[in-house]
Amino acid sequence: MDYLLIQMLNGVQLGLLMFLLAAGLTLTFGIMDLVNLAHGSLYMMGAYLAWTLIGWTDSFVLGAILALPATFLLGVAVEAVVMRRLYARDHLDQVLATFGLILFFNELVRAVWGPAGKSIAVPAFLSYTVEILPGVLYPAYRFAIIVVGILVALLLAWLVAHTRLGMLIRAGASNRRMIAALGVNIELLFSLVFGLGAVFAGLAGLMAAPISSVKIGMGDDILILALVIIVIGGIGSIKGAFVAAMVVGQIDIVGRAFLPDFLKTFMAPAAASSAAPAISQVLVYVLMAGVLVWRPTGLFGQRT
Amino acid sequence: MSHRLPTVHEMAAAIILLARASRMIEWLSSPRTIVAAILVLLLAVLPLLTQAFDQRYLLSIGTRIVIWSIAAISLNMILGYGGLVSFGHAVFFGIGGYAVGILSASGLQSGWLQWPVAIAASVLWAALVGALSLRTRGVYFIMITLAFAQLVYYVSAGLEAYGADDGLNISRSRFPGLIDLRDKASFYWLCFVLLLGTLWFCSRFANSRFGFVIRGAKSNDQRMMALGFPVFRYRLAAFTLSGAFGGLAGILLANEGAYVSPAMMSWVKSGDLIVIVVLGGMGTLFGPLYGTIAFFVLEESLKPLLDLVHKGWGEYWQIVFGPMLVLIALYAKGGIDSLLGPRHEGRRHD
Amino acid sequence: MIEPLLRTDRLVKRFGGLVATDTVSIDVRPGEIHALIGPNGAGKTTLVGQLTGNLAPDAGTIHFAGRDVTRLPTHARVRLGLARSFQITSVLREFTALENVALAVQAHAGHSFRFLADVRRDETLRAPARQGLEAVGLGARADTLASVLSHGEQRQLEIAMALAGDPKLLLLDEPMAGMGAEESQRMIGFLQALKGKRAMLLIEHDMDAVFQLADRITVLVYGRAIASGTPDEIRANAEVRQAYLGDETAEVA
Repeated sequence: MDYLLIQMLNGVQLGLLMFLLAAGLTLTFGIMDLVNLAHGSLYMMGAYLAWTLIGWTDSFVLGAILALPATFLLGVAVEAVVMRRLYARDHLDQVLATFGLILFFNELVRAVWGPAGKSIAVPAFLSYTVEILPGVLYPAYRFAIIVVGILVALLLAWLVAHTRLGMLIRAGASNRRMIAALGVNIELLFSLVFGLGAVFAGLAGLMAAPISSVKIGMGDDILILALVIIVIGGIGSIKGAFVAAMVVGQIDIVGRAFLPDFLKTFMAPAAASSAAPAISQVLVYVLMAGVLVWRPTGLFGQRT
Repeated sequence: MSHRLPTVHEMAAAIILLARASRMIEWLSSPRTIVAAILVLLLAVLPLLTQAFDQRYLLSIGTRIVIWSIAAISLNMILGYGGLVSFGHAVFFGIGGYAVGILSASGLQSGWLQWPVAIAASVLWAALVGALSLRTRGVYFIMITLAFAQLVYYVSAGLEAYGADDGLNISRSRFPGLIDLRDKASFYWLCFVLLLGTLWFCSRFANSRFGFVIRGAKSNDQRMMALGFPVFRYRLAAFTLSGAFGGLAGILLANEGAYVSPAMMSWVKSGDLIVIVVLGGMGTLFGPLYGTIAFFVLEESLKPLLDLVHKGWGEYWQIVFGPMLVLIALYAKGGIDSLLGPRHEGRRHD
Repeated sequence: MIEPLLRTDRLVKRFGGLVATDTVSIDVRPGEIHALIGPNGAGKTTLVGQLTGNLAPDAGTIHFAGRDVTRLPTHARVRLGLARSFQITSVLREFTALENVALAVQAHAGHSFRFLADVRRDETLRAPARQGLEAVGLGARADTLASVLSHGEQRQLEIAMALAGDPKLLLLDEPMAGMGAEESQRMIGFLQALKGKRAMLLIEHDMDAVFQLADRITVLVYGRAIASGTPDEIRANAEVRQAYLGDETAEVA
């Protein structure tokens, strides 16, 4: 039972990380109608920038806080140089160009930071375990990710529901022409939204770094999961992204943790433990296929 | 027998004949025909050339170019002609490859068994994925094709018995008494003949009734439905057909390296295939071939070129290649084929 | 009493709380032109969508040519002889005028799972297509790409495509939209000539055209058919005058 609780918390934590990534993605999809495969590169860049800045400042918190505006600037720059030219293009052009960006960023990282992975240590003030229930210990750092993730999700929910920017975002997701008609500076809005998405991606990347490792292509696999999430949730829907991220997080972690035992009942132990992650991945895709057959524009997507 | 003036009918017939001949000459002398012909000839004699100049390495690149061209042509059928952005086409490398690999690992070496099974597996998977994904459109279609390819990728990475992540060394398919695939030149020629067959099929397909439905649906699928075409069915058939040829490429790829691994069908490979089709020219017969050649030539030449600029930079060739893709997407949508003059001969653009 | 070709029976379509089609029962008899008029937002487009099979009604039935087609997909209805033209010009822009009509012919020539024979030399498609183009006066533009045809020519091409399958019923969704006075007059003449040979359901804003062409008129307001009858009856109908035609009656009459 305790084990289940811990795994579920891990699932929540993974889900929140993916939500951070998916939130930016679903906004750029929904508002700018942009397929941005390079969103995972911003996740990776966030982690690498944090690694460097933590090295310079010798402080996790300071480095992390500095890495956020850095990814924001990077996002704004990418938007200005490439993305802006892609909004009016068809999806194929966008896939092609952002695919090119992934190659560029992966290779840039290899040239600048070298081919070997980096690791960011869990900050000292969080390297202990908390007793979440009597007798159930949970690493404080992972707990902190959950807290930060929830705070950011709340912030985003507030931003979308109660600010002028959020009003424009909501209007934009349903009707791009309308915001143009409102006389809003579209370029600035898009640039801002893209930068915001980059910050969330970067934050997810740097928070994930101490748990996994900082390596080339780290954003690519999780990007595909994030894409699956926004497709399940419905493109343009923050709420959908949140719900889907939570579900996918649970499937992934719980599947990994419990499938091996289940599989061992009829498989060789070694085969069972190597097949389990594959099967939990497969479950995620089966879920997506099921949702799309049932609702071709996702759970909370706008039906056209 | 006296000479007489030709009748009006005879003159008309002569004029029509002349016009046909001149159109034929025009077609033969158009840069598009000449380039394609030279290319096909070069590919036909490649093993002789690489042997004469003792460049075995080039033959292995040539083989991979031919195999990838088959895959690119198969993607072009749905992407170029059909406008369906499938972002998971490399999965057919994997399915074709693993079908051969798994049978081979189980001791079933006969190509007569392996190849039909591999094609059948590709067709089945394409039919299933197509049936689900073609109900969605736009971004959803891109993502669902990507996701299904990832699904197979993860399954293959979880196959402990077949090498999981590391892949599997296999022995090549056997066609006793017919051809020995271990002989590099024979294998190359087999691939080349299959490429010619694929090209022939694609050239017929593009202008057939079926091809026109697929192309019409790219132009305006609502209109095609209103005309009475069950568009979904035709797209599903095209998707399945495309999968069959993709699976063929997978079979060949597995035999080329005598090795299969999940990396064959990583999503980056699917991206590469899209790049190739766009780079060569979407919805053109020879575009995928041009695109594949350009892709491989770029890869092989950017490295030494960058190393010339500065020792060690060659390793990072994708720093240059990535932005090139961005530029191609933005400014060179017609692809290489469009450099050879305008398409749509005999159509008026006035 | 002639059996109607198309008949809807208490058709209902709701979007959330909005009833876009409110128990509409209309019919079109063979050979007649039945016009559907109504102010913007009256639910004409929604009704057309249900007739063509793009929208599924929430209640009611649609019968066409003696069959219940309520649940049939678009392409199957077209096969039965229910052709349409689009409100917004909808031709295949990358194809020539001839190829557009040839595709329409092809749609009715059995299945298209033929992979090898070249359609560009297929006279079984091209000959009728050429005739169809001639009929709408586009014969000289056969090899021109549809995208470079003028607006009026594209509308003519639309009609040629709709007629290609020899349909029993033509559903014309604002065929005169965006046309100049002269082009409109030509289109009216063309439809006039077709009258009697094909049944037509005509959705049109141009009241001159409607009253010139229609045998019967149905007036749709807020999703309801408030009146149905001959042009004279509609002119005389007080409810229609009040709800819709207003001062325009003077002009039309």
